[in-house]
Amino acid sequence: MTPLAPLAFTAPTINYGLFAPVLFVLGAACVGILVEAFAPRALRFQIQVALSLIALAAAFVNLVLNWGIASRALIDPVTVGQVVTGSLIHDGATQVMWAMLLGFGFVSLLLFAERRVHGGVTAFTPMAAATPGSKAETEAAEAGLEHTEAFPLALFSLSGMLLIVAANDLLTMFVALEILSFPLYVLCGLARHRRLLSQESALKYFLLGSGASAMLLFGVALVFGYSGSFAYDGIVTAVTLSQESDRLLIGGVALIAVGLLFKIGAVPFHAWVPDVYQGAPTPVTSFMAVCTKIAAAGALLRIFYVCFGGARLTWQPVIAAVAILTMIVGTVVAIVQTDIKRLLAYSSVAHAGFLLTAVTGAATTQSGLADGQLGSVGAILFYLIGYGFATIGCFAVVTVVRAHGREATELSQWAGLGRRYPVIGISMVILLLSLAGIPLTAGFVGKFAVFTAAWQGGYWWLALVAVLVSVVAVYIYLRVIIVLFFREPAGEAEVTIAGPMTLIVLAISLIGTLVLGIAPAPVTNVIAQAAEFLHAVAG
Amino acid sequence: MTLLETLDPVAATGAFAFAWLLIAIPAAIAALLLIAGKVTNGFGHFIATLAPFASFVLAVVYFADLLGADPSERAVELTLFTWISSGAWTLTAGLLIDPLSILFVLLITFVGGLIHIYSIGYMAHDPNRRRFFAYLNLFIAAMLILVLADSYLVLFIGWEGVGLASYLLISFWQERPSAATAGKKAFVVNRIGDLGLLMAIFSMLMLFGTTNFQAVDAGAELIPGHWATLIGFFLLLAACGKSAQVPLQSWLLDAMEGPTPVSALIHAATMVTAGVYLVVRSNALYAQTPTAQIAVALVGTVTLLAGAWIGCAKDDIKKVLAGSTMSQIGYMILAAGIGPAGYAFAIFHLLTHGFFKATMFLGAGSVMHGMNDDTDMRRFGALRKAMPITFVTFAVGYLAIIGFPFFSGFYSKDHIIEAAWANQPVLGVLALIGAGVTAFYMTRLMFMTFLGQARWKDGVHPHESPLSMGVPLIILAVGSFIGGMALNGWIGGWLADAVGAEAPEHASWLPHITVLGIITLLVVAAGVALGWYLFGRQEIPTTAPAGSILTKIGRHDLYADTVNEAIFMRPGVALANGVATLDDVAIDGAVNASGRLPGALGGRVKLLENGYVRTYGLTMVCGAVLVGLSLALSRLV
Repeated sequence: MTPLAPLAFTAPTINYGLFAPVLFVLGAACVGILVEAFAPRALRFQIQVALSLIALAAAFVNLVLNWGIASRALIDPVTVGQVVTGSLIHDGATQVMWAMLLGFGFVSLLLFAERRVHGGVTAFTPMAAATPGSKAETEAAEAGLEHTEAFPLALFSLSGMLLIVAANDLLTMFVALEILSFPLYVLCGLARHRRLLSQESALKYFLLGSGASAMLLFGVALVFGYSGSFAYDGIVTAVTLSQESDRLLIGGVALIAVGLLFKIGAVPFHAWVPDVYQGAPTPVTSFMAVCTKIAAAGALLRIFYVCFGGARLTWQPVIAAVAILTMIVGTVVAIVQTDIKRLLAYSSVAHAGFLLTAVTGAATTQSGLADGQLGSVGAILFYLIGYGFATIGCFAVVTVVRAHGREATELSQWAGLGRRYPVIGISMVILLLSLAGIPLTAGFVGKFAVFTAAWQGGYWWLALVAVLVSVVAVYIYLRVIIVLFFREPAGEAEVTIAGPMTLIVLAISLIGTLVLGIAPAPVTNVIAQAAEFLHAVAG
Repeated sequence: MTLLETLDPVAATGAFAFAWLLIAIPAAIAALLLIAGKVTNGFGHFIATLAPFASFVLAVVYFADLLGADPSERAVELTLFTWISSGAWTLTAGLLIDPLSILFVLLITFVGGLIHIYSIGYMAHDPNRRRFFAYLNLFIAAMLILVLADSYLVLFIGWEGVGLASYLLISFWQERPSAATAGKKAFVVNRIGDLGLLMAIFSMLMLFGTTNFQAVDAGAELIPGHWATLIGFFLLLAACGKSAQVPLQSWLLDAMEGPTPVSALIHAATMVTAGVYLVVRSNALYAQTPTAQIAVALVGTVTLLAGAWIGCAKDDIKKVLAGSTMSQIGYMILAAGIGPAGYAFAIFHLLTHGFFKATMFLGAGSVMHGMNDDTDMRRFGALRKAMPITFVTFAVGYLAIIGFPFFSGFYSKDHIIEAAWANQPVLGVLALIGAGVTAFYMTRLMFMTFLGQARWKDGVHPHESPLSMGVPLIILAVGSFIGGMALNGWIGGWLADAVGAEAPEHASWLPHITVLGIITLLVVAAGVALGWYLFGRQEIPTTAPAGSILTKIGRHDLYADTVNEAIFMRPGVALANGVATLDDVAIDGAVNASGRLPGALGGRVKLLENGYVRTYGLTMVCGAVLVGLSLALSRLV
């Protein structure tokens, strides 16, 4: 019996230069907590807004400065590519996804910082701990209180998102998932109006999210049982070389898929989406709808393409089935929604389905994609950018359409709004057309890219189904446009004058939607060059 | 010199590097007048008139250069820019100045310029005069692109530009429904011709990978014969559209709805000559395909007779002239269809026609000007004394068109008849008959308008037109008179290289006396005599008599509209109605269902969304089980 080798601990080498964007966000979140503790109440809002926006901007600048290094990492993965040894990886795809997360995070935080439409306070409740409708709550509201903790919470969540797309082992991935989820649960319950609905959504999200996390963790355990490794490299080796029965692997793949599909909002793990999107404060909804989706899609892509790429033929049909189900249910149910936030929620479910078609296709260099083509990863990332602009813009419009001091989310209240407020109306039309995938908008280019990726991957029938469903999906958005412009004005809802923050968000989303729709080439070129997962050399 | 040898263009140097100015000047003025708007109301028509003359001066410089150059260096190509660069195709845009195109440029800019001057007087009281002149310049610019292009693709830009400008000008008085309709008709009929040109261009791109004249000429010999024939027919269709040849002639008569200078511009110098130019320019292709050549000649012959027939029956002075344009263009197309022997004659007749037809159209405009815009010849008569300048100039045009000795038409038309006779005696005889009929209806026009008794409406006081209208008439009349003599001895040799023909052996200003020439003169004299017998000797009724069956057919433009309506419009309308019904019922039905069905389905699925976490959790668990099972299953399969 040979003696066990003594446990040796090697300190991880951390490449702080590459890791800095995450540290900026995480650091600002921690400082934000201290601000809550020590800064005078009157100044907290200003400090928090400045702190978080500057941190995101600094992280973004740092990321851009690192851009050249990423391409080097592709050549020499071992020495430069890995940020913290093993557990995080810094490749082209990480770069692009970080850029997207930081960009859209920044835009979402602008919506967080909007005070004017809510009558001088943020969209967050004055006192989250008070019983809804109680005297304490009323008093807090009259005192003009607000929970500025929303900013550090969002930053914590965002740092989790940055980590999960770079995670290179299953444990890091799981921890990152929890970091991104927990602050969101809290944020969902912070709505100023309709407190009960908001709290209910937070609780639902928490309960279902914990269930999903549990499943994912169990899946991680099964995969570890199969491969003996948490690290993606080790799993790749096992998947490609192992002679063992793969029952454990299949169970693990299934459960990990469930955990991540839950975050993306794919059917049948989508039930939380409409309730949570509706109950959460609208800025938080837009943050979730865009950034969470990017993070979850990024994690899903990395695990399935890098770790389980060798078992592609096993999981592709299942993901295809989920994609079809998601597209159809999301589209069909969105058509009958009467609440704009629920409608957008179901539309985001449908969009998850559309991007899953490209996940299924798995058109990567490993499956024979030519250099410079967009492929599945690139297509999905571009799709998410287009979707992100349109979605954030739509939710920004939702925040300014108000009746009796709160958001008027009933679609019937929007009747004729476009005729009374043509600027808002036309902006909304452009954003909705992008979601519908009409040419000259980013949504069209994105849809075209993901369907092409599915086709290139051999799933031409899935692409056909997706095209058919997307034709029906147009109906969702045309319905809103008809309400906006061709119904007699109800006169109930009004567009409140938005502050500069919301206007900037709206302008950015419109410009993004149109520029990417008319001249997508610069962005697609960057993505096609950069968005490639670094694959550890197997065996 | 072999039959097909054409000039290799030399690169543009010196003054030729600025050849684009020929087009740019009128185009820029047109843009200025349209964009600057009312600011240019006061002086717009003057600078617009200067534009074609500026181009003309430039063209004279180039012409002199070419005259001085060695005959083998008389084609200058100026490449402007790379237009389309995609894959294996690199299409450049450029200009080609050779003996053929420079003649067109001179004709277009000179006659066009005179028409501008004339328009200053004619449109003096029109509130939209500035817009009119802008369109005129646009027309000139488009026509210059057409004739200066060095490839079919660039030519197509000018081709479409001419179509657009003619549409704008014909329907210039858009408040009149008839003018609006006529503009639309011209546009639609021209589109059919454009289809031919487009198909020809597509075929060339497929066969040669380029549409450059040089490359197409060089490659024409190498392509299969049936392709040459097909392209020949496509180009013929295009020529029919622009040059108003049967069966696409119907727009020309309606185009008289435009202001008279427009009719003169379209008929004399520009638009209708484009088809002739296209056929002559494509000589290398037609040389490969006798079938298409015969078709060209046939179309020309049919049109020249049809036009003459219409000319005999009309009482509207402008419509008679329109019929005669059809007829004369028919002569040119016939000449072009004869092949290398006829190309130079086609262009010769085109040039002389440009002068004498412009003279007569502007003369007709002058008559209308004096007669309160009436066009009915039955209410004219005896205008000789009231309008001496108009009468004399018109008479010169008349003598030229009927081919009176030493007038321009005499030289150019004789050549065509002779060439046709030599090539196909049947066509020669028909062309001869056409000449007789031409003499007849033009004599009729002269007698009804200028001679005989005055049959003026009450309150009409004919008077001579202002000098701005008279001077161009005089200049054009001089051209109509001496043009034939001046060009006769020279044009054949000048064009020989450009159109791939042999230089004629001898030619001078002296008429070339042949038996056929004398017969032609006799036929023409007979036509004139018949015209005098019927219309000069007796009183002309102010209302049209019922007339014979031939007259009736002629009055209805040979029932072209009726035929078009029966063959194209009715079935087209029926098809459109059918498609509309199909769209309403089947397609809209499917689309509506695609909205309604998911709606109904969504109503059901929505019920699952009941708000209970336990239901949601259960769905998730079921989903997880399903995912696991299907993964396991897909592993088994």
